[in-house]
Amino acid sequence: MTIPLFHVLILAALLFAMGLACTIAWRANVIMMLIGIEIMLNAVMLTLVGGSSQWGMADGQIFSLMLMALTSSEVSLALAMVVYLHRRRQSVDTDDFNSMKG
Amino acid sequence: MEATLFYILALVTLVGTGFAITARQAVRAIVYLVNSFFALALIFYLLGAPLVAAFEVIIYAGAIMVLFLFVIMMLDLGHPERMKSPRLVDWIPALVLVLVTAASVGVLAAQHHAQPLAAFHGISVRQFSQTLFQRYGVAVELVSLQLLFALVGAIYLGRRR
Repeated sequence: MTIPLFHVLILAALLFAMGLACTIAWRANVIMMLIGIEIMLNAVMLTLVGGSSQWGMADGQIFSLMLMALTSSEVSLALAMVVYLHRRRQSVDTDDFNSMKG
Repeated sequence: MEATLFYILALVTLVGTGFAITARQAVRAIVYLVNSFFALALIFYLLGAPLVAAFEVIIYAGAIMVLFLFVIMMLDLGHPERMKSPRLVDWIPALVLVLVTAASVGVLAAQHHAQPLAAFHGISVRQFSQTLFQRYGVAVELVSLQLLFALVGAIYLGRRR
């Protein structure tokens, strides 16, 4: 195999930057912010898998599996929160939720 | 051969993600993102992680993105006029961040000397599961607890009052 780790890391850095840009640019929309977080976590998983295959150890892949479990629980809780907030205010705009007391 | 495939897949991933973060409708963003995750799963396979590639397709593209799609359709957020899309001003900090990251990556790539790289190792499923259940058994239990807590929390948040 001739894929250099350096290029994998470049791809992961670019993916992470794009996820961060999505989270920042769509800060008025909860769902697109969550999508940006997904992209960033995928970039981290790419880094872990690349390192794991570079040094021939399974640990990186196991951490990416843990990251997937973490992501699925995070997304389920966050989307339940989105449904709850939408039921209260009929909106997913973050600017509508600027007070602690509903 | 693997390198060519990797660059094509990297291009597909980057272009798909770029279309996803600039899409005007959330549903289109999800579909572009599924495309990008499929390419990423193939990259994982090329890097010698077949199990992670399978989980990427099953969990990410199959479960999480469908969950997003389900919530968007349930709350009827598919109309672009109901979702406030970012103005051009909102993109400026994001573009600055992307440019800074890309520039630092470019500087690092220019300084990087081509050194002999170690061969990539594929990791077999046997090695993976032995490490998972022997060295990280406690972590598996913790993750299952975490999933249970997420389930309970989602049920609590989602019930009607």
